[in-house]
Amino acid sequence: MANVDVHASKAATYVHIPFCSAVCPYCDFAVVAGADDRIDRYIDAVVAEIELSDPWRVLDAVYFGGGTPSHVRPHLLGRILAVLRAHHGIANEAEISLEANPEDFSEERADELLGAGFNRVSFGVQSFDDVVLARLGRRHRAVDIVSSVDKARRAGFTNVSVDLIFGTPEESEKSWASSLQGAIDLRPDHVSCYALTVEPGTPLQRDVRAGAAAPDPDVQADRYELAERLLPMAGLERYEVSNWARPGQECRYNLVVWAQGEYEAYGNGAHRFLNRVRSHNVRRLDAYMDRVESGLRPIAGADPIEGWDVEIDRLFVGLRRSAGVGTGPGVESLIETSGGQMLLREGIIEVAGGRLMVRRPLLTDEVHRQVLDLDPPQGWVESTNPDNL
Amino acid sequence: MTNQSRIRNFSIIAHIDHGKSTLADRLLELTGAVSERDMREQILDTMDLERERGITIKAQTVRLAYRADNGHDYELNLIDTPGHVDFSYEVSRSLAACEGALLLVDAAQGVQAQTLANAYLAVDAGLEVIPAINKIDLVAADPDRVAGEITNVIGGSSDDIVRISAKTGAGVSELLERLVEQVPAPSGDPDGPLRALVFDSYYDAYRGVVCYVRVVDGRLRSGFRLKFIATGETHDAAEVGILTPSVKPVGALEAGEVGYLITGVKEIDRIKVGDTLTDAANPARDPLPGYAEPKPMVFSGLFPTDGDDFERLREALEKLRLNDGSLMWEAETSRALGFGFRVGFLGLLHMEIVRERLEREYDLDLVATAPSVAYRVTLPDGSIREIKSPQDLPDPGSRISVSEPYVRAMILTPTEYVGPIMELVTTKRGEMGNMSYLSPERVELDYQIPLAEIVFDFFDLLKSRTKGYASLDYEPADYRTADLVKVDILLNAQPVDAFSAVLHRDKAADYGKTMTGRLRGLIPRQMFDVPIQAAIGGKIISRETVKAKRKDVIAKCYGGDVTRKKKLLTKQKEGKKRMKMVGSVEVPQEAFVAALRVDDDT
Repeated sequence: MANVDVHASKAATYVHIPFCSAVCPYCDFAVVAGADDRIDRYIDAVVAEIELSDPWRVLDAVYFGGGTPSHVRPHLLGRILAVLRAHHGIANEAEISLEANPEDFSEERADELLGAGFNRVSFGVQSFDDVVLARLGRRHRAVDIVSSVDKARRAGFTNVSVDLIFGTPEESEKSWASSLQGAIDLRPDHVSCYALTVEPGTPLQRDVRAGAAAPDPDVQADRYELAERLLPMAGLERYEVSNWARPGQECRYNLVVWAQGEYEAYGNGAHRFLNRVRSHNVRRLDAYMDRVESGLRPIAGADPIEGWDVEIDRLFVGLRRSAGVGTGPGVESLIETSGGQMLLREGIIEVAGGRLMVRRPLLTDEVHRQVLDLDPPQGWVESTNPDNL
Repeated sequence: MTNQSRIRNFSIIAHIDHGKSTLADRLLELTGAVSERDMREQILDTMDLERERGITIKAQTVRLAYRADNGHDYELNLIDTPGHVDFSYEVSRSLAACEGALLLVDAAQGVQAQTLANAYLAVDAGLEVIPAINKIDLVAADPDRVAGEITNVIGGSSDDIVRISAKTGAGVSELLERLVEQVPAPSGDPDGPLRALVFDSYYDAYRGVVCYVRVVDGRLRSGFRLKFIATGETHDAAEVGILTPSVKPVGALEAGEVGYLITGVKEIDRIKVGDTLTDAANPARDPLPGYAEPKPMVFSGLFPTDGDDFERLREALEKLRLNDGSLMWEAETSRALGFGFRVGFLGLLHMEIVRERLEREYDLDLVATAPSVAYRVTLPDGSIREIKSPQDLPDPGSRISVSEPYVRAMILTPTEYVGPIMELVTTKRGEMGNMSYLSPERVELDYQIPLAEIVFDFFDLLKSRTKGYASLDYEPADYRTADLVKVDILLNAQPVDAFSAVLHRDKAADYGKTMTGRLRGLIPRQMFDVPIQAAIGGKIISRETVKAKRKDVIAKCYGGDVTRKKKLLTKQKEGKKRMKMVGSVEVPQEAFVAALRVDDDT
């Protein structure tokens, strides 16, 4: 695969759109349902936040996530894009992506989104099994998926991604196989497959605590392995733990994040990495808007990444990629530890061609835990750390 | 000074809850030693734990003044005894200070194994045993049946047994009269060289060690230079006195009298219960008979669940030992449980009491390894080594034989459970001895049985197979050679010391299967398959596998997740650092603790 680390020098931006028609029971993002009356005010706030931020670099990738960006009228998203363009600049070939729900996607909306400047759409498909969709609290049905992707294609979106969720207790092996096949049949450019996760504070967690079946990690491993077999046969190569793409169609915004590149972010709860600081915005919608409307930047917390932590951070964000990370002091340190030795022995990691790669993506967290605990190798001094920034 | 003929020294022997403490209270009241107003329930049991469990751990003693119906004034010394056979040496020393014993039996429950064990001790010590049936006011009382049981044990006639209610006081006066009439007066030589028996001791924070003594011959005068024959130490008699029950110094204790002695010694183990003290200036030639060193029978590793508490545990043990010279320990290091102590106990109850006091009074959270016994290993050079920890058992190639302690177990049971008990005892390698009927419904069974089986789970099984109706008591018997093996539990080929056990070869497979199965359910999945094996030497006798984790990854890690996921995974890593490493296997200490604790529930 092409050198993934070139994305370290690209500039990306995330825009958060928290609005949804309903909140899915497994979701723990900064989202809000039934708050459509606040959309206009929120868009104004995002615009204000952009204008409060320092003008930066010409953007190579812009990503509208949520929430449900497609829940908001396209011209409002277009307005944000226009302000970004005026404030930072957006490169001609930039990837401009939004997340969309199949039920929101009319022909008219598809045209408007394309007109606003979007060139990539990522559909929250989740499953082709209506039973699973219902359990996940989704508002669309399998039949909606095909028609919305069709509309996007016909409107002119050349880069279409679909998200799938596997391992819902109600899902059978057959159901998952047909969801994968359903996704493949859409001929997508990109597929993300996520294991259903019981996040703290979600209705799903409450259900599980009350005795509802929880996702079984072994079953999820089976499901994942099926995706690993089927998707490549359709020309989709895995390039990150949960992401597959046709070569060249990898999500560029995410590649910047994973290459430890810098990204700006706007909206409530949004996270950025600029000037070696990982910072995030106020999460609560009203507090975010109040803050911006008072002329203040809505930053709620900041973690400077300094010294040895820069190297740890590089490994942390980079190791989920199939291409792994280039060797360096962190890798050198890892393979000296007993934990690193165990990972090598068990074939979980591999060092080859000047890179450290996770060979068993389902066990990446253990690699991460070992990485986060690393000390600098003997004789390490900060100046020897390769500086990507 | 009281003439010896007006002194009566006696103990009360009773099973737990048969009313010993209540009777003692009544006696104190009747003799005016304590006014009713000052009466605290069960005044002789001073420790909370004793009051709660209804048992007496440290013997106490009290002098009562009694005017008998014959018009004479008597000095009655009530010498309290621990009620449990774990403390049989202490019981025997207390009894050695007496000429008589009241055998108190609950009118509803009848004779229990403990009653028997202590009654036999009293009979063996040559004491006059005066039986009494207590709690005759209970609805369920059946004094006639119980009287029959008693006469079957100690002989005599049912009609001679006093029937009392310690609670209401009924019959207690009559019992006092019996005591004066039947218990022989002391008969030591009042003019001979001093010989006094130390029958108990305790530690007082201000006074140091306080000894309870019974003067047999001569006179124990305050200010004497005393020689302790067994230890060879000499100390001054700084204070001599009696308990009424409040402390009352006196100038001297005469032959036949009972009281306390303070020498200024601070360390409880410098004065041995059972020792004979004499006048250093005019020493007696021979000590009183029966002295023995307290000998721990049951051993268990005690480990603080929080490794930082190791020093606190050491301090707590040292404090407990101030009052319990029989408590012994040595430091022990366990791969699974960290730093702790291998502690020797007189028996299971002693072990439970010590553990409970450590946890309750010293606020320690402890893990205890399964109790074991002391094995005697004959080495190739003919020498014998005592092994208190299973890990120390030499390999079969480096030993000639192993022998284990046996006990004489007395089980009292309703006849209907004789079958299940015989079956149980057989599976526990017991040998049947006598079987005698106390009444048509109740029978006493005598067994020789390995102590290791008793400490393992015999109590619990006996209880469940007899619906709690059988009672058990035991006393040390002999050592016997047996086909004993050490079973090791291996985690990924590494032995886990805390689970090593010495067992009879026939029991090894069961143990191995139980432990490997239990650990399989408790040890978290790792990045690789972890075999859990039970092995005798190099031979694997059972095996389980903790299958490798297949999925250990968060679904998403995008720009908004980096900081959060980093923190989450760092926290998980910190949690893992607290785990114990057995080779490359990470095991939370709770898993080991749980595996050891399951025994408590069965």
